[in-house]
Amino acid sequence: MAHFEKANSVGEWLDQRLAVNTLKRVLAFEYWIPKNINFLWAMGMVLAATFGLLLISGIFLLMYYQPNVETAFDSVNYTIMTEVGYGWLWRHIHGVGASVVFLIIYIHMFTGIYYGSYKRGRELIWLSGMGLFVAFSAEAFSGYMLPWGQMSYWAGMVITNLFSGGSLEAYGLVEWIRGDYVPGQAFLTRFFMLHVLLLPLVIIGLIVLHFGTLRIPHVNNQDGEDFDFEEAARLYKEGNIKESKVIPFQPVFLAKDIFVMGVYFILFFYLVFYHFEFAMDPVNFDPADGLKTPAHIYPEWYFLWSYEILRPFSKDLGLIAFAIAQVIFFALPFLDKSENVAPASRRGLFKFWFWAMLIDVLILTFMGKLPPQGIWNVIGLIAALAFFALWIALPIITKKEKKL
Amino acid sequence: MSNRRDFMGIALGGFTALVGGIPALYAMKRTWDPLPSVKAAGFTNVDVSGAVENQLVVEKWRGKPIFVLKKSKDMKADDRDVVVGSDRFHVSIGLCTHLGCIPAYVSDEHKFKCACHGGEFDASGHETFGPPPSPLEVPPFKVDGTTIVLGEEGAEFKKMKEAGLTV
Repeated sequence: MAHFEKANSVGEWLDQRLAVNTLKRVLAFEYWIPKNINFLWAMGMVLAATFGLLLISGIFLLMYYQPNVETAFDSVNYTIMTEVGYGWLWRHIHGVGASVVFLIIYIHMFTGIYYGSYKRGRELIWLSGMGLFVAFSAEAFSGYMLPWGQMSYWAGMVITNLFSGGSLEAYGLVEWIRGDYVPGQAFLTRFFMLHVLLLPLVIIGLIVLHFGTLRIPHVNNQDGEDFDFEEAARLYKEGNIKESKVIPFQPVFLAKDIFVMGVYFILFFYLVFYHFEFAMDPVNFDPADGLKTPAHIYPEWYFLWSYEILRPFSKDLGLIAFAIAQVIFFALPFLDKSENVAPASRRGLFKFWFWAMLIDVLILTFMGKLPPQGIWNVIGLIAALAFFALWIALPIITKKEKKL
Repeated sequence: MSNRRDFMGIALGGFTALVGGIPALYAMKRTWDPLPSVKAAGFTNVDVSGAVENQLVVEKWRGKPIFVLKKSKDMKADDRDVVVGSDRFHVSIGLCTHLGCIPAYVSDEHKFKCACHGGEFDASGHETFGPPPSPLEVPPFKVDGTTIVLGEEGAEFKKMKEAGLTV
């Protein structure tokens, strides 16, 4: 048994029993971050903070929400919005947060792609991050079911129908997922469980893993420079702060992060208070009706690019294309055959690949929102084909890339 | 020693997984199955004696919309028509066979048009344009006088099914 001496302070008492000082040192004061970074490196903590806001607002919504097909719609639109004190605030934070979190996820992802932060030991950072993207997508979808409005119901219908596998006609599987022939009570309650328990648990677990995967390969920097972190840390601790290439996570990196977060939260709460309607589809303010399809069924903006990949093809081909699009980003570290870890601007053809991919995903997003007719169909089809062409081109152009 | 221990560990672990894990997975699977009450609520009677030609009636059966369209004389007869007395009806599950939206009936054009992905069907439910891979499905039905009973497989429905005209 360990030997305990009388502690002289609460801190010491805790340190004896929990090694708090070691934890603080390892996790914060001597967790080293490169100096050569920019504001895009703050997106990770911005995401963590947004997730925190979603969790807190979600807890308050959970106290009045009723997962019942008869009462769900009113519990949100009547009880929470008009009766509960500040209920509107939680709902608008939750709705705006769910939308904005994807904007930041996409920025975070494309930052990683631009700077090559997914290879040379950083593969697991990318994979766990993609795992988080999928988990957040499932969380967003299951949450969208809960107000039980027209868009909830019909999005639920269309998305669960995807599991019939086209010509496989696996309607048994679809009915199993729904627990009914159409989305009904069983469907609502199981998506409620997924949204408030299972998926948040998975997300929290993946966030811990994501942080863990960062420790050994360390955070990347603006030049992809591979330097000796221990040497840099020694310099910093000796007081040669200027010569050292690193800063400690706490307090130096966090101080900069919190500045970026401050700017971000001004924008965030501006949206919450003055422009929440962008995250509140008017169609979803009609209660679910299984006998009336809304004129246009479209997902929230963050799913539009992959929805547009589904749309222009025939049913089976569309499903296959959609399934590939959902997982292809996982393969990025293995399809990029170049060893260079550097910003895309210095990587020859990859520079064009990066911008082409970004623009293509933006075009797919816009086309996904427009009705499926005329010229929009053609542009959508070309953009969808370009998406796959780019992924096929990636290993070829990166293999030919000159070593920096 | 250690080999024997490993063996015991693997044997016990494997046994536990077999008798505990697999039944537990089965129980979880069964828990997500549609409830008997959901499955049982299954029959809808549609009286078509007052139906008007070229005017779509939408009924609800197992939570799904059912199209009942009395065909006018100028509409082509089809093998999947439901014949009641001297009238022909198009009866189908009103969900687009692409991804399950409800197509709208445009009576001037004698067409069903789906707003989601632009699919179109003619007045007999056959796909004529866009992504739908197959015709609108015919629900199990039985003709009883001037009533169509949905959910019960009558002789006409069985014939259609055998001919592969619906699933």
